[in-house]
Amino acid sequence: MRPAGRAETESLYFRYPHFDPPADRASLTVHRPVAIVGAGPVGMVAALGLAREGIRSVLFDAKATFNDGSRAICVARQSYRILDRLGVLAPFLGKSLGWTTGRSFYRGRQILEFHMPDGPDEKYRPMYNLEQQYIEQFLWDAIAREPLIDARWQSAVTAVADTGDGVRVSVRDPLGAYDLTADWCLAADGARSAVRTMRGKRLKGENYEGRYVIADLKMAHDYPTIRRALFDPDCRRGGTILVHKQPDDIWRIDYQLRDGEDEAEAIREENVRASVAAVLQELGYDGAWDLEWWSIYSANTLALDDYRDGRVFFIGDSAHIVPIFGVRGLNNGIADADNIAWKLARVLKGAAGAALLDSYSPERRGATLDVFANASKSARFMTPPTAGWQLMRDAALNLSLRHAWAGELANPRQMTPYTYVDSPIVAPDDPTFGAGAAPGAVLPEARVGDGFLSDRLGPGFTLITTDAGLAGALDRPDLTVVALAPETDAARTLEMGPNSAYLVRPDTHIAARWRVATAAAVRDALDLAAGGVPE
Amino acid sequence: MTPADVETVYETLALQLDAVDAEKRELFLAKLALLLAHDVGDAAQACRRIHEAAEDLDV
Ligand SMILES: Cc1cc2nc3c(=O)[nH]c(=O)nc-3n(C[C@H](O)[C@H](O)[C@H](O)COP(=O)(O)OP(=O)(O)OC[C@H]3O[C@@H](n4cnc5c(N)ncnc54)[C@H](O)[C@@H]3O)c2cc1C
Repeated sequence: MRPAGRAETESLYFRYPHFDPPADRASLTVHRPVAIVGAGPVGMVAALGLAREGIRSVLFDAKATFNDGSRAICVARQSYRILDRLGVLAPFLGKSLGWTTGRSFYRGRQILEFHMPDGPDEKYRPMYNLEQQYIEQFLWDAIAREPLIDARWQSAVTAVADTGDGVRVSVRDPLGAYDLTADWCLAADGARSAVRTMRGKRLKGENYEGRYVIADLKMAHDYPTIRRALFDPDCRRGGTILVHKQPDDIWRIDYQLRDGEDEAEAIREENVRASVAAVLQELGYDGAWDLEWWSIYSANTLALDDYRDGRVFFIGDSAHIVPIFGVRGLNNGIADADNIAWKLARVLKGAAGAALLDSYSPERRGATLDVFANASKSARFMTPPTAGWQLMRDAALNLSLRHAWAGELANPRQMTPYTYVDSPIVAPDDPTFGAGAAPGAVLPEARVGDGFLSDRLGPGFTLITTDAGLAGALDRPDLTVVALAPETDAARTLEMGPNSAYLVRPDTHIAARWRVATAAAVRDALDLAAGGVPE
Repeated sequence: MTPADVETVYETLALQLDAVDAEKRELFLAKLALLLAHDVGDAAQACRRIHEAAEDLDV
């Protein structure tokens, strides 16, 4: 919602573009390899991921502009790695605010300061704040330059039917209705996915108690980019408040409603203004401010049982809805898009077996369930659901005034990328390794020369090895070999001896690793990671 | 702990329970349980005691 007198997309800091429906009607029904429903951030990342592999797609969105209001604001390191590999990261880095630190307060006193893992070995910060409008704008700018993506606005998909060897997609725009066929369909049409309903699928899971008002405001508040959580503050006894800084002097304030507080009343503009003013007083800010946008929110953990339905894959919010306070919704959606893009591209190009596609749902649904487990923990701390949780939460906060270990219970432990443990295309670990990054995990970052290990990765699979001889024995079209000298920082990070190797997938997850690698073992692992040899 | 030690703790706890406001008693006991569990330093043992303390409440 926006303040009275401002139109729906009349923002204080962002100019919404307007997109017309496709003017060239002649080629609308041409067959495409992939049809993507929804040009939200996740659909756009999928289209860019496919284009990077040389795969053409058609991208539909029902609206005439981007998503209204700021939604996601916290973009995690792993998402930046993905955007970097897509070659679209520069504007994100230019605009966003990187951060590592969070502070929690109990009744006005600081009880915890946490730091997410970071250091000179990391190319990107653990988290960046950027309004979702900019995320969509920067992705769109890249799509507009990309000839392999046929984007169609004001184009609502009304049916997705199976044809046997593909799908028939029915589309309606202001100028007419038409059908087109595609080999595959990606449903990136968001939390209220129409494709999900058309295919008779349902999200399953839980709804949480606490209700929050999410408000964005503009103010010249002088505080670094540090996430603040206020528990039981004076301005809202019994409630929790989160405060995040965003670019353009925009601040996100999430405040919890009291039990029994009437929602309709709470979201009336004058009540939002009064509540925000009380929070600002608590923060010690007494300057001018302007209200940008607000909405009401309560947490859910909902997911489909299977993210695949024949030739349709669900990616992003259409497949899963996670509580926003874990900041995983968009980040997980970007990882979904990245995951399906490299797999689908290889199957379409005949470079991988169709079984590769069966790994999408276990890998990405596993990531969702992992988020659910963490998010349920932090939701229970922020908004205790029952008397027992409430009492223990209050006891922990109260103890934390004198004992730092109790304050750690308020640590949201956000964001480490998920390790694909139950994946059919990830090899079992070589037991001679210690802890480190096992198969299924994201490749750790390390310094290599003037740059980073991730800069060395090839466009497809990469073999990182300390055995210079291995490169000559492996001549595969989709494989880049990166030789590391033993005893370098990167080799140490990866616990590599003189003949070790890591096989890294196009999405930078580790497919297999060997303390002592052989060309035959690498070939087998490559075949496994590509879903078997194509028929 | 000797019987005398146990008695000392028992008495101190009774006196403290009377000294805190009645509506803060639960909070006080929850804090105390967490503090002592942290001192014990053994999560499994603490969890066993939590379950044990829930026994016989209705006798
Ligand atoms: C208040 C709030 C705060 C959040 N904060 C964070 C955060 O900090 N970090 C984070 O990672 N996530 C966050 N999220 C979650 C994040 O916003 C979503 O996960 C993300 O927008 C999902 O992207 P998507 O592309 O899957 O779906 P959407 O962004 O919903 O996009 C779906 C698109 O599909 C289009 N569409 C729908 N139906 C059709 C149809 N039939 N035909 C054609 N097009 C159609 C829609 O027009 C829309 O553009 C937050 C969400 C909210 C609400």
